[in-house]
Amino acid sequence: MIKRMDAAIAVDIDNVTKRYGDFTALRNASIDIRDNEFFTLLGPSGCGKTTLLRCIAGFEDISSGAIRLYGQDIAELPPNKRPVNTVFQQYALFPHMNVLQNVMFGLQRLGKSDSEAKARAGHVLDLVQLTQLAERMPSQLSGGQQQRVALARALAPEPRVLLLDEPLSALDLKLRQAVRLELQQLQKETGITFVFVTHDQEEALTMSNRIAVISEGQLQQIGSAREIYEAPVNKFVADFIGETNLIDVDVKKITDGTATCLLPGGTKFSCPAAKGAHEGPGHLSVRPERVTIGKAKGSLITGTATRHIYLGTDMHIDINLQDGDVITARVQNSETANIPEVGDEVGISFEASAARLLVD
Amino acid sequence: MAGAISSGPPTSTRTYQGLGQYLMLPSWVIIGFFLVLPVGMMLIYSFLTKEFRGGVIWEFSLSAYDQFFFDRGLFGDEPAKIEWTYITIFWRSIWQAALATVLCLIIGFPTAWFIATRSGRNKAILLFLITIPYWVNLLIRTISMKFLIRDTGPLNTWLIEFGLISEPLHMVNTNFAVQLGLFYSYLPFMVLPIYASVERYNNSLSEAAADLYASKFVILSKIVLPMVKPGIIAGCILVFVPSLGAFLAPDLLGGAKNFMIGSLIEEQFKGNAGNWPFGAAASMILLSMVLVVLLFYARAQDKGGQNHG
Repeated sequence: MIKRMDAAIAVDIDNVTKRYGDFTALRNASIDIRDNEFFTLLGPSGCGKTTLLRCIAGFEDISSGAIRLYGQDIAELPPNKRPVNTVFQQYALFPHMNVLQNVMFGLQRLGKSDSEAKARAGHVLDLVQLTQLAERMPSQLSGGQQQRVALARALAPEPRVLLLDEPLSALDLKLRQAVRLELQQLQKETGITFVFVTHDQEEALTMSNRIAVISEGQLQQIGSAREIYEAPVNKFVADFIGETNLIDVDVKKITDGTATCLLPGGTKFSCPAAKGAHEGPGHLSVRPERVTIGKAKGSLITGTATRHIYLGTDMHIDINLQDGDVITARVQNSETANIPEVGDEVGISFEASAARLLVD
Repeated sequence: MAGAISSGPPTSTRTYQGLGQYLMLPSWVIIGFFLVLPVGMMLIYSFLTKEFRGGVIWEFSLSAYDQFFFDRGLFGDEPAKIEWTYITIFWRSIWQAALATVLCLIIGFPTAWFIATRSGRNKAILLFLITIPYWVNLLIRTISMKFLIRDTGPLNTWLIEFGLISEPLHMVNTNFAVQLGLFYSYLPFMVLPIYASVERYNNSLSEAAADLYASKFVILSKIVLPMVKPGIIAGCILVFVPSLGAFLAPDLLGGAKNFMIGSLIEEQFKGNAGNWPFGAAASMILLSMVLVVLLFYARAQDKGGQNHG
């Protein structure tokens, strides 16, 4: 209870469930989004992340649980009474109003005088570098410019929380990368809490203070980019965030968060275990860049190099194990890189700190 | 130069080469035969002299227009006064048509909105239901309406049975009956174009407005209505124009006191009492009024178009 009074919590999502008929879009999700944080809801499409965002905005009612905004329960408030603003995926700019009118819309609804609204809108347009285009109609703008207008329109009323529903998905790759940095910068400048929804893990990793990974309506893990990448709690998170090798192991013993297990081929190996991992058959996650290739003798696992994939700065090398599984190693391209020929017998090694026993 | 530019398949250009000017021919024939010719005839007839048993004498005369606007006494030898009879009929027609348009809009807009926001299958069924009355001839439907609302008709019987009234309401041959007939005849012409524009309306605009603190009323007036305006204007024209010239509803439901332009014109071409040039002149005056309305519409569209960029 004390935690709920804490001003540092911007959005308190407390055991929220959202059902559509028989379908459960979101199951018992509890997330604390901190004040002045760039928080990302990450998951594949249809996982419930947009549903959660729409629940915060007020477009959807929650089936059970509570959502509190700076301590205030907002379940009963309609969208137009909630001090949050949304940047929509397709922007939803008002096509019959020009850029300035779009940005002024929310300010006018809040009862700001025309001159006040104009000044504030001008300031926000300045922030997103659109001052020159204030008189244009939305249909006269490029995708990137429309995206900025949507952003300016949502920022203008100075919401306590800004909700962003995959705002970059309609932009091309180059622009997307530039806007990422700008968004991050904007969040720091305005001090507004950003809740960002995306299915793009790279976007999530580069921009967020913290990330919530969601899959099939179920919250999987909350943590910083680094925590989620380096210490995934389960198979889904390890697999969804970046690339990883999932190695079948037989777990013999888990003590104090350290698992002792048998690798394919029978080598005994100890490494950290995720909370909730159990003995018996399990999976180790090892990122390809942490896998080293060397001589078969003295290695952890042996196999045959079967494929090279050239990626410019790096090279992916697939190694087939005796049992048919494939482990991928990522090797940096350089003069001295030790790259085996296809068909070579090789040995694979990795540090104990690079591996992690997962919850299935 | 031309050879260098044409990059399309050469056969197709060669096939139609030289034919270009004839390809529009069907359109010209249709426009000429069904539009220019009848309207032109009307225009010419309105400037001819009337033949007493119907028909015209080929002699130029302004008397049809003169008769419409001026009263020169029974023998045409008194000083000209303004003739109010026909102007009154026109005025009544405009008023009736405008009222029918407003009523159709008030009922049609929510109906169209309701249909457009249903799920796919229900939408199709509801649209189908809207069009069903059109499978029956308008004349039959108007007569049925008369039957329904006459003094001893089902509507009065029910109202008396339910104890709402003790005496039958006299509805036939009143303005109300004409209004009811017009409303009933043309309501679908309001519903369908509005439906089409509401269907295209992107509901996330309403969400965006709500997100930006707009109340339901503000969303309707500042976002929804401007966005579906083309449909509303189209619907209003589709109701107003035929209502203005309607003759079935006023004839069958309104009686002699509630004459409208349509009936006036119809009468001039019917039987021996007719006056063709006068009917033609009245038609031309009606046509000019409709053109004025359409001109306003075109200008409104133009402005809208500019705003939309």
